[in-house]
Amino acid sequence: MSRSRSDIILRAGLGTLACLSGSVVLFILFFLLAGAMPALRDGVLPRLFLDDFWQPGSQRDPQFALLPMLAGSILVTALAILIAAPLGIAGAIFHRFYLPPRFAAWNERALELLAGVPSVVFGFWGLTVLVPLINRLQPPGQSLLAAGLVLGLMILPTVALTSQSALRAVPGAQLLAAAGLGLGRVATVFHIALPAARPGIVAGVLLAVARAVGETMAVVMVCGNIAKFPQSIFDPVRPVTATIALEMGYATSSHKALLFTAALVLVLLSAALVGWLAFRKGNDDAVVN
Amino acid sequence: MRIALLFLVIAIGLVSCSGKRSEDTIVLTGSSTVAPLVADAAMRFEKTHPGRRVEVQTGGSSRGIADALSGRAIFGMISRELKPDEAALTAHRIAIDGIGVIVHRDNPVSAFTREDLINIYTGKISNWKSLEGNDAPITVANKAEGRATLEVFLEYTGLDSADIVASIVVGENQQAIRTVVVDPNAIAYVSIGAAANEAAAGTPVKLASCDGVEPTRENVAAGKFPIMRPLQLVTRGEIPASAHEFLDFLTAPANRDLIESHLYVPLAE
Repeated sequence: MSRSRSDIILRAGLGTLACLSGSVVLFILFFLLAGAMPALRDGVLPRLFLDDFWQPGSQRDPQFALLPMLAGSILVTALAILIAAPLGIAGAIFHRFYLPPRFAAWNERALELLAGVPSVVFGFWGLTVLVPLINRLQPPGQSLLAAGLVLGLMILPTVALTSQSALRAVPGAQLLAAAGLGLGRVATVFHIALPAARPGIVAGVLLAVARAVGETMAVVMVCGNIAKFPQSIFDPVRPVTATIALEMGYATSSHKALLFTAALVLVLLSAALVGWLAFRKGNDDAVVN
Repeated sequence: MRIALLFLVIAIGLVSCSGKRSEDTIVLTGSSTVAPLVADAAMRFEKTHPGRRVEVQTGGSSRGIADALSGRAIFGMISRELKPDEAALTAHRIAIDGIGVIVHRDNPVSAFTREDLINIYTGKISNWKSLEGNDAPITVANKAEGRATLEVFLEYTGLDSADIVASIVVGENQQAIRTVVVDPNAIAYVSIGAAANEAAAGTPVKLASCDGVEPTRENVAAGKFPIMRPLQLVTRGEIPASAHEFLDFLTAPANRDLIESHLYVPLAE
């Protein structure tokens, strides 16, 4: 009797807590929507996609183009993934199949340490080491390339560690069977282990994408923050998060509402990413089962 | 029972809040550039003058003007000169926000005219060669929209933010300084206080002279340096003795460190 009662209490308690954490995202959405409302009411929404420049503070010709900044977010993220995914996955394969266990533990510790480095430190390193190097190739140095490199290093541990655990989760029986069939290590890695670990690796990469889209502090310091479509990887870019970080503290009424609108678009973008991920995951599970 | 107690505590809190706002409370509203400095000074003032209370609210220079006119605040805080149609108010200058142009220490160019800066920041001059410097493209660092520093710079050059063609946009003073440190061909503008501190600490940046005036704290304090704006408190008519006391406290030599810690320039003695 008392057992079922405590069960009810536990269930109610856990349910409340779960609803609470789930509803945080709704609160945030509501908060963003409320903040963006003045801009949306003014019919500024189409201008976000039709204007040519981002100059909300101009007295003569205020313009609010969001597209170059969305492109900035996407390009920086894409470049970072292009760097982190091959490095992380290759590293995980080496770690699982070639590295003696003694060193493997050190490799993991090092990656965990890298994951724990604060982003402002990455940004400072990027600005003082990486940017001058790129500046010598082609000024100004603060560029899409610098932001992609810094961000790539920042998300590398996410990709590497999730890939490692995905590879570790591949059933030993499958690997033994492969060895029993006389398959070499290369064939085992590419035809047995990687396909089996694929869902885990993909999930890790997408987790890294989500982090890269949202990263702000390090990017602001190295990306150059020019809100235009970059013509090359040496051109500066400005992701949406950088704009919010740079301008929110100083923005007044309508400018502030615009920044809220930009944030709202960004959240909806990541919501779409998560939704797509869930959809994909459903498909993957269907294939596996 | 517990809830009733909570309400009691809140009620007492509210009553004491409204009760405290008597003649001893000095209310200041206005510019968000001036407010942090005044708030710091207020904390020190309340500590050294027991029983006095200072209330600081932001809302922009225009709110400062409006509140001082209507009497809602004893002091309005503004970060500009009074306009001719605001002659009903009296301005009390408390500090100066000077903006200096910085370049790398190794850059041979160290003097600009207003014309040069307009040409550089609109992209009409894009190589240091045109200013008798090295043959290298100029990296133009601009401040992000909304920053007070940008506003002062725009007012000085008479440009609109849409006119500016920048290679890089930066936020904090520190970021502008770092940009110039790592790029010998960069130009930026920052609070003179911030740049002077860095240059004194050995950072390879130098403050350039503008229109022939050296960017020293003395020149800024004397109002000679062209890219600047005054930080002022405005009042209407007679003010209470406690307000006078606070005004004197703000500009007292003993409190110059507060002004300098906010990277503004104290007035000349």
